[in-house]
Amino acid sequence: MTRIAKAFAKGHPALVCFLTAGDGDTAANLDALVEGGADVIELGMPFTDPMADGPDIQAADLRSLANGTTTADVMQIAADFRARHPDIPLVLMGYANPMVRRGPEWFAAEAAKAGVDGVICVDIPPEEDAALGPALRNAGIAPIRLATPTTDAKRLPAVLNGSGGFLYYVSVAGITGVQQAATGSIDEAVAALKAASDLPIAVGFGVRTPEQAAAIARVADGVVVGSALVKLVGEHGANAPDAIRELTASLAEAVHNARKETAA
Amino acid sequence: MTEKLNSFRNQPDDSGHFGDFGGRYVAETLMPLILDLEREYRAAKVDPAFHEEFDDLLEHYVGRPSPLYYAERLTEKLRESAPEGKGAQVWFKRDELNHTGAHKINNCIGQILLAIRMGKTRIIAETGAGQHGVATATVCARFGLPCVIYMGATDVERQQPNVFRMKLLGAEVVPVQSGARTLKDAMNEALRDWVANVHDTFYIIGTAAGPHPYPELVRDFQSVIGREAREQMQKRTGRLPDLLVAAIGGGSNAIGLFHPFLDDPSVKMLGVEAAGHGLDKQHAASLAGGFPGILHGNKTYLLQDEDGQIAEAHSISAGLDYPGIGPEHSWLKESGRVDYTSITDDEALDAFQLLCRTEGIIPALEPSHAIAEVAKRAKEMDRDQIILANLCGRGDKDIFTVAEALGAKI
Repeated sequence: MTRIAKAFAKGHPALVCFLTAGDGDTAANLDALVEGGADVIELGMPFTDPMADGPDIQAADLRSLANGTTTADVMQIAADFRARHPDIPLVLMGYANPMVRRGPEWFAAEAAKAGVDGVICVDIPPEEDAALGPALRNAGIAPIRLATPTTDAKRLPAVLNGSGGFLYYVSVAGITGVQQAATGSIDEAVAALKAASDLPIAVGFGVRTPEQAAAIARVADGVVVGSALVKLVGEHGANAPDAIRELTASLAEAVHNARKETAA
Repeated sequence: MTEKLNSFRNQPDDSGHFGDFGGRYVAETLMPLILDLEREYRAAKVDPAFHEEFDDLLEHYVGRPSPLYYAERLTEKLRESAPEGKGAQVWFKRDELNHTGAHKINNCIGQILLAIRMGKTRIIAETGAGQHGVATATVCARFGLPCVIYMGATDVERQQPNVFRMKLLGAEVVPVQSGARTLKDAMNEALRDWVANVHDTFYIIGTAAGPHPYPELVRDFQSVIGREAREQMQKRTGRLPDLLVAAIGGGSNAIGLFHPFLDDPSVKMLGVEAAGHGLDKQHAASLAGGFPGILHGNKTYLLQDEDGQIAEAHSISAGLDYPGIGPEHSWLKESGRVDYTSITDDEALDAFQLLCRTEGIIPALEPSHAIAEVAKRAKEMDRDQIILANLCGRGDKDIFTVAEALGAKI
């Protein structure tokens, strides 16, 4: 069983947490996520033009790049994380250009060497899979695809074909961290995805509070939180780990126990 | 059949690729919409009513066909410093005489007709210098649709007259504060708006770039430039030009002029990028100084570092100030069919003044790059040869920039 599969097979919904690599003391912040109870880590690769992201992650990318973060740094952060946490799944998330700059095979090989389990590329839809997908699959890395409210039933098989790890359901048509979706629409969408795929379904975009996370965890296999955590790095700087650990713990408690509450 | 296989005019392929370039590199949220747009464009392309309305608006609203003009005094002026027997004739396609003062309106007319066909009720666009923003605001006013224009805050400051024009036309202008606050950032913000408003919003992209089918449809709408020019030139001179020259930012005016001539082997073509302060300094010449990469929905040459981070472009011309280029130009460069070169800010400024004084035409800074290259090439070509350059915009919008560069106060 892969690390990702195990994380979704713990008997409770998984908390997936995102931070941007190179923004603040990333190693300490990632450790805080794990200590707080995160089940899967998404490590954002900073990009100059994060056009699918809202203000929080845009700012994090710019802070990271201003610090001089390179792709080699991102891979080193990943490799160091893997050395400290042999069992926590680690997923790289970012935009196509930094991933394909030296060729998809180079990127896939480096990611595999760093112990990365999956890759989410925002701007490579299934139609352009050849740009990165084959290289990832050959290297044993799961290409994690996104499904959205605009992905209809006719299109869903194309999205699922070749995808791995888990399916990331983007709950709102929009950018990260801005709006939140109505719970009812998420229930329906997750049910449709589950009917079409055996992959775990994680839901994200606009999830900021334990209450929101719990509501999603009642129906989905995982909940993704990004902007709210990234914002703490911007606000707290060197003291971010404490704030991150605290928020993660409250999110983890809500997500992990979401279904128990329903049962009770 | 052989001719068809050897054509340079049948790109892109069914999946939107020009060779290795182009494609549809967008977030999943946008993908279904992009596919809808492609279906709608395929239907419009074979719908005589669509073409009729497009042609009618171009004739009576935009003022087409634009004239083909022999620049006699410029030709003579260039011959003065040319070697014996050299000094080609210089002709201009006068797209600066279009309504709103540039070629941008051709594309906006086509795209707003598509938006209406698709039942979209809200229009967004990005703009650099403001010409595409003005053209978009214009067609939105003409068709009564609400319009939001994203413009880098830096460009808002340096292009105040166009900002006010857009507001007069009823558009909302949103200054974009992210990044270097120029065209690239405006495009990011327009994409963010689009992804959040896919149900009712049409994005009118201003250049022959972005995800498929934009590069193709923008090219098709702008190809009216080359079709007219080809017919006008044959009528006036009984022959085809020897060399076509056009400035390139994203490359829509250039592809519009070039495309109808691509299968005429006797016609050479030259795209002119902005070399800014110089190719060894800050510039906007993606083909000369960039590498293939993925940005804003397509694979193309981009100014970027070794990690794939996008560089800030620079050109005195806000319309050329973009670190990428339309994917068809990347393909035409690699196929060898079109040559590409670059012109610095200073050379463009000289050419700007040269055209003012020899022809009584104040060109925009964008085509001033083309004119500067024409001045070089004309002197190397025989007197009976013909250069046709695209005068794609007029310079009223640039007089403040030029005054500042020349140290003049207005």
